Amino acid sequence: MAEFALPANSKIGVGKTHKARAPAKRVKTFRIYRWNPDDGANPRIDSYEVDLDGCGPMVLDALIKIKNEIDTTLTFRRSCREGICGSCAMNVDGTNTLACTKPIDDVSGDVKVYPLPHMKVVKDLVPDLTTAYAQLASIEPWLKTRTPAPPDRERLQSPEERKRLDGLWECILCFCCQTSCPSYWWNGERYLGPAVLLQAYRWIADSRDEYTGERLDALEDPFRLYRCHTIMNCTKTCPKGLNPAKAIAEIKKLMVVRR
Amino acid sequence: MSLRSPLARVRGLGSAKEGVQHWWMQRLTAVALVPLSLWFVAAIVCHAGAGHAQMRAWIAAPTVAIPMLLLIVATFHHAQLGLQVVIEDYVHHEGVKVASLIAVKFLAVVLAAISVFAVLKLAFGG
Repeated sequence: MAEFALPANSKIGVGKTHKARAPAKRVKTFRIYRWNPDDGANPRIDSYEVDLDGCGPMVLDALIKIKNEIDTTLTFRRSCREGICGSCAMNVDGTNTLACTKPIDDVSGDVKVYPLPHMKVVKDLVPDLTTAYAQLASIEPWLKTRTPAPPDRERLQSPEERKRLDGLWECILCFCCQTSCPSYWWNGERYLGPAVLLQAYRWIADSRDEYTGERLDALEDPFRLYRCHTIMNCTKTCPKGLNPAKAIAEIKKLMVVRR
Repeated sequence: MSLRSPLARVRGLGSAKEGVQHWWMQRLTAVALVPLSLWFVAAIVCHAGAGHAQMRAWIAAPTVAIPMLLLIVATFHHAQLGLQVVIEDYVHHEGVKVASLIAVKFLAVVLAAISVFAVLKLAFGG
């Protein structure tokens, strides 16, 4: 059954408050989800007062400052700090986004930071993406051909054919859209989810790929594809401004076209 | 506990190779229902306060009885397709799910049959 209340061991309590030090003028409070698998306690929200005058402009800058200067136990993923690796995807101020490209000033009031929704939590802000990664692997996100590659050059693509991949290749697989989708929350084991379906379409739309039919065969399923009910959370939340809902709609169109 | 690999879990029983028909019929009936329901509501509003004999005479006309029958078929077909999706979305207990799906499908057919009978009886009945 769909879950509308948190299980008892997931109920969130109030944690510690770390006050800003004396001379701080521009103070912003970060209310951050904390959960440690080793202490057996329920999750809690810790509050950290950060002096913005000594901090970079993005939410990730504040998280790194907290980890470096206030509380070294805070755990989160990050790498590139410029919106290209997708590691720091988390729920900031109620919306899934990349902490590294989300300006602190965009948030009025306290900055609430949670892990990506409805995923198992590994620790603090680190979600378990095992299933999502397996789903990505299941659509075989690589070029598949029967024709052997030309011995002397690449497989060619016209500028128009290449253009069809715009809006698809830019996806960095941060899974912000995947974990924003209620359909994925309720049926995440069987529904592939917006991020994976956008990737699937990226290869269906690729003029060089020769397995389009087999790819559509694999998606033609009431759960894998058709759990998408055009809720559009995916498109609304995408930190790269992409449109997974449109990619899914294109797949559905092709399903009808090939009948 | 399961030691199955995540990929095995996700690949599961494979693709059901269906779903297009369901999706297409849901859209088709939705499109059909736009003019049919507008017509139905407008017609019923126009006949507010009319007596039994007057309604019978109205429904007996083929231009009324036929759209009425189409409306009934489209409505119940659309409704059971939609409810099926809702149940599949939210009911994860296998037994309850199958029972609800059967109930919804049967109920749709029974209600449609009753409605069709009512229209036919009004149209042809003595």
